[in-house]
Amino acid sequence: MSRILQDRDERRPETHPLTFRLNDDGTPVMLDDYREQQGYASVERAFRDLSSKTLIEELKTANLRGRGGGGFSAGLKWSLTMQGEGIPRGYIVCNADEMEPGTFKDRLLLEQQPHLLIEGMILAGFANNAYQGYIFMRGEYVDAARTVQRALDEARAAGWLGRDVAGSGWDFDIALHTGAGRYICGEETALINSLEGKRANPRAKPPFPGQSGAWGKPTVVNNVETLCNVPSVVLHGADWYQGLSQGKSGDGGTKLYGVSGKVKRPGLWELPMGTTGNELLERAGGMRDGHTLKTWLPGGGSTGFLLPEHLELALDFDTIGKAGSRLGTGLIAVVADDQSVVSLARNLEEFFSRESCGWCTPCRDGLPWSVKLLQALEAGEGERGDIDLLESLAVDLGPGRTFCAHAPGAAMPLASAIHYFRDEFERGVTRGQGAAHADPIPVGSV
Amino acid sequence: MATIHVDGRDYEVDGADNLLHACLSLGLDIPYFCWHPAMGSVGACRQCAVKQYKDADDHQGMLVMSCMAPVQDDAYISIEDDEAKAFRANVIEWLMINHPHDCPVCEEGGHCHLQDMTVMTGHDSRRYRFRKRTHQNQDLGPFIGHEMNRCITCYRCVRFYNDYAGGGDLGAFGAHDNVYFGRFQEGTLESPFSGNLTEVCPTGVFTDQTHSEHYTRKWDLQFAPSVCHQCAVGCNISPGERYGDIRRIENRYHGEVNHYFLCDRGRFGYGYVNREDRPRVPEWRERQRVDAGAGAAGVVGGTISLEIDDALDRAADGLRNARRVIGIGSPRASLESNHMLRTLVGDANFSTGIGARELELLVRMNELNTRSGLPSPSLREIERCDAVLVLGEDLINSAARMALAIRQAVNAKGEALAAERGIPSWNAEAVKTLAQEAHHPFFLATLDATELDALAEQTYHAAPDDIARLGFAVAHYIDPEAPCPEALDDATTGLAQRIAEALLAAQRPLVVSGGSLGTPAVLEAAGNVACALARRTRPGALSLVRREANSTGLSLLGGQSLDWALECLTSGEADGVVILENDLYARVDAGQADAALQRANCIVTLDHQRTATWDRADVGLPAASFAESDGTLISLEGRAQRFYQVFDPSYIRPETRIRESWRWLNALKASVERQAVTPLTLDEVTWDVAETYPALAPAGDAGLSAAYRVHGLRLAREPHRYSGRTAMRANLDVSEPRAPQDPDTPFAFSMEGYAGYAEPRREVAFAWAPGWNSPQAWNKFQDEVGGHLRAGDPGVRLLGPLPGDYDYARTLPPRFVARDAQWLAVPQARLFGGDETSARAEPIQARMAETRFTVSRGTAERLRMSPGAPLTLHLGERRLTLPVAVSEAWPDGVIGVPDQSGLSLAAPEWAHLERQEVSA
Repeated sequence: MSRILQDRDERRPETHPLTFRLNDDGTPVMLDDYREQQGYASVERAFRDLSSKTLIEELKTANLRGRGGGGFSAGLKWSLTMQGEGIPRGYIVCNADEMEPGTFKDRLLLEQQPHLLIEGMILAGFANNAYQGYIFMRGEYVDAARTVQRALDEARAAGWLGRDVAGSGWDFDIALHTGAGRYICGEETALINSLEGKRANPRAKPPFPGQSGAWGKPTVVNNVETLCNVPSVVLHGADWYQGLSQGKSGDGGTKLYGVSGKVKRPGLWELPMGTTGNELLERAGGMRDGHTLKTWLPGGGSTGFLLPEHLELALDFDTIGKAGSRLGTGLIAVVADDQSVVSLARNLEEFFSRESCGWCTPCRDGLPWSVKLLQALEAGEGERGDIDLLESLAVDLGPGRTFCAHAPGAAMPLASAIHYFRDEFERGVTRGQGAAHADPIPVGSV
Repeated sequence: MATIHVDGRDYEVDGADNLLHACLSLGLDIPYFCWHPAMGSVGACRQCAVKQYKDADDHQGMLVMSCMAPVQDDAYISIEDDEAKAFRANVIEWLMINHPHDCPVCEEGGHCHLQDMTVMTGHDSRRYRFRKRTHQNQDLGPFIGHEMNRCITCYRCVRFYNDYAGGGDLGAFGAHDNVYFGRFQEGTLESPFSGNLTEVCPTGVFTDQTHSEHYTRKWDLQFAPSVCHQCAVGCNISPGERYGDIRRIENRYHGEVNHYFLCDRGRFGYGYVNREDRPRVPEWRERQRVDAGAGAAGVVGGTISLEIDDALDRAADGLRNARRVIGIGSPRASLESNHMLRTLVGDANFSTGIGARELELLVRMNELNTRSGLPSPSLREIERCDAVLVLGEDLINSAARMALAIRQAVNAKGEALAAERGIPSWNAEAVKTLAQEAHHPFFLATLDATELDALAEQTYHAAPDDIARLGFAVAHYIDPEAPCPEALDDATTGLAQRIAEALLAAQRPLVVSGGSLGTPAVLEAAGNVACALARRTRPGALSLVRREANSTGLSLLGGQSLDWALECLTSGEADGVVILENDLYARVDAGQADAALQRANCIVTLDHQRTATWDRADVGLPAASFAESDGTLISLEGRAQRFYQVFDPSYIRPETRIRESWRWLNALKASVERQAVTPLTLDEVTWDVAETYPALAPAGDAGLSAAYRVHGLRLAREPHRYSGRTAMRANLDVSEPRAPQDPDTPFAFSMEGYAGYAEPRREVAFAWAPGWNSPQAWNKFQDEVGGHLRAGDPGVRLLGPLPGDYDYARTLPPRFVARDAQWLAVPQARLFGGDETSARAEPIQARMAETRFTVSRGTAERLRMSPGAPLTLHLGERRLTLPVAVSEAWPDGVIGVPDQSGLSLAAPEWAHLERQEVSA
């Protein structure tokens, strides 16, 4: 079970829209409790006061950016969904396939507050003229699946889902789909393929899912946390939502931040967007005794390594981007001084290599090569030129050269690890290039 | 149109294309793998990266995959940019990580797209020093070899097999660098188009197993432009020969007919050319009349081999002694050979060799094609049709390549939908996603369920007369002046109205029917639909399926039916017969053939196969197969096409006396007339054909005349790297003979001659261009990739629609009523085994399903029979026993009799059935 490490006293409705309802003991907030605490009030407001257009405008102004790691404006995404005459009603898909290494934030929301997600999806359905929602959930999230299914049943029984939602005359339902365990299913178009029962290969964009998504219909794919932010935007308005970040960031709202690694109190906190790394590390109680911080990943395995000096930066999409990494999921992984960066890079690349769908060449065949090179370096069997080769691979696995963002995500920690810790890699080089072939093959000795 | 700037030069291109398509069409070289001109772009391999700049001032640029980049007007592109070049070389390096580098023992070597692209990128030394991943291979049946270690994971195989050809038993399994392309378990690939995998695969994963049996590198093969003889579609092929045997058949690109793809019957059915038992010298069979006891055939006696002159003399003697000599031609022989037979025996004594019922249908088809107002479409035109009605043809079995074209037509709905959303048609996966199960309206009326049923809006499985009635009703609902069948039930009426609406709503409706069921009413119904559409001033097309390679040609050339010929012989009206490339025993029942041949005093037969008819002849003259001869065929589209001799059979086998049938017949005519033989060339015969038969006049221009030259050169049959020419016959004779001369065509039996692509030419023996050794070299011969040959696609069309009103057929059949003790026996086309010659090829035999009758579930229950149980069918005196197959779709009261099953059935006939007790 994921736990929020803030007491109920601290989590106020006006400052912690994502977590204020959570029970301290971690038991899920089900429908009755949820209703008592403003639950589904945003849906009532939307039906009463908003149109698809005004809702999307509100969301754009709120500057809610995608919490799955991409940071794309949710309002902008929704405004690009095709609607209108001749366009079939489509789908809202919740990306709950949380498999980013070091990330456990969506799990908290799914396990403890499923109705917030359902509420967000109803709003998304309303805004995007969808008739069906799907929650695509990581297969290992067994408890979450059970809780979400219970909540869906409750919501349907109470009239929040199904025909004529809350007397609005509008139909919308949600189904839960649990995945079979591929990291690439977190990529929205691969997720759609998997949902359709096909190989989980990403699709070419354009066309974007908003044009032609699941089963060729307009489809909006949003992360769990993103959708969970929507009800408070609709209920309290864009200005209020913008204010939640307390001027720490240009982005609006709060963020579920987390820390893992050798810290005293690893866990999750809902904090204003733009909270600094130092504040977050402080929340986690600092490094465990006897350890100092060597480096850290700001938001999952597919983000670039940063140095301790970067901890003073605001953890938001633009600031971390400028520092050469990505905010990603905002759950930082700290690396202590006794941990090998080469091993860490090897471990990450092994993961990404295994999870490559096999569609495009650089990712399919380049990543496994990087793993073999890293294994050689780790074993002290590296050859001169291996590090240059890794660097060139990292470039070729970069954006625009591969079919989707999987390989660029894999390249980021690799490139940054070499950039900041080249000496560690060089220690693994023990042979000249082609040393294995340097000995002349005996000729005519037979 | 759009202007693009590529490496400092400006080009005009089609703005609807992607950059790769545009650049390749300009003749620029960009390497690629996953893209295929017939299958569009998917952006998987990343091999076609180029640099694209924002504008003239941008010097940074960014890499884009040219296959996924739409052409933009005023776009600045660089193929030669260093970064792009380095990236492309790196892509090859990655693809090669697990590739075994086994080119010397790989069958793809020498015509391998991966080799070509590797050389093109300049990648030449590997830096990968770790272990390679390996796979196990599968036995995929008699046609296709499998070597997965060579795979570069371009996904073309599954995209062709499943998305393009509708297959379901080849998949991509696994992930990351362990993707496996194969079947879920070992077994024969089910698709009748599996052979195309050998050309679609850019390397040696899927190879032609029939080729493996007698492997020869592409550069060591001798080729000629040829036309497939295994059905009437007229696909262009490129057969390759070495040491006197056809080693493989590759697709020959034709922009209007087959494009890049063949069916498996055509690709793998060539083995009859190589059969050891082929007649290669003239034979004389001594007659010893025996008393007609035991109903046995009338002759026994020894066979002796003859020299040419002796054979001609004996044949001429026999024919001169006959009171009347008739000629039996053949729809599997060329116009030229049939014409020479007709010239030999005289117009009044010439039979087309086609049964009366079939000939009637063929003549009617020609009339409908010219007088219904709708033209007969090429396959490319079929692919552009947006509503299809098929009446009575199981196309996978009767004209497989056309079925593949219809699949593209019906699936093109996706492209139309995509266009509405601004998605270009080449963005293959996006089109597929958007299309889902959307298809253009497609209605299929057949007896049995077919492989195309899955695409159909509605299918209608019924007896032939009911299929015809549906067609008549459709015509009526398109144009009320067309007669409506009586007593139509509500469901059929509703269906007919729906079909009529769909055809009327379409821009280019297509009606397909043909002679497979031997039922004139089905054909007339199709004609009424076509005429109704034409009267409503709809553009559209009427495609009518004929059975054999030259069925159309023979019906245009004219002549009596086979029934007439047999009757002439049986009645004694004629006592001499010359039979051209025709096995009577494959067309009529043995009893009928025996009765006719028994009474003939002189039987001369010309064939390239040792058939039952050959064995009954007094003189057998060894004819050339398509591979050893030239001639003209007319396809079901009405396209006259020339096939060219691939090799001279006597070069490697000097003892051979094989000649083109038309040459034999010319010599035989001279011998009969006691004249010296005047040498005859193909051009002379072809021109004679064109002059003699007005309907065939344009066929004189179907091919290249022997005088054709490029820069004063003949055209080469052999690639310029052809090796061993001077040594090939060294085991026979140390002195090398002069290369065979070809008086009939502009092609030389040599590597000397023009073989390039720069000069446009219609007839291409083999596709090769510098740096392009694989079939992808066709790019260089096309006006745009996937378009037409720059010199125009081969052949001329004969069946253009004539202006004027066409009257509706007004004789409509009553509803089919099943009988109590009789079943309507109906002929059933079959892809493997349904064609006389390819059925003699071993790999085809391996794919021939067990020959069975087909009955409905109801019939099986009435007869208390389970599938596989033996059943005897009685047609008067004739009988046939086969196991039964039970089909859920099959109509009650009807039984299907497969083609070439031993009982010849030209048209439906009422039969008695008798259940055979299975002995325990």
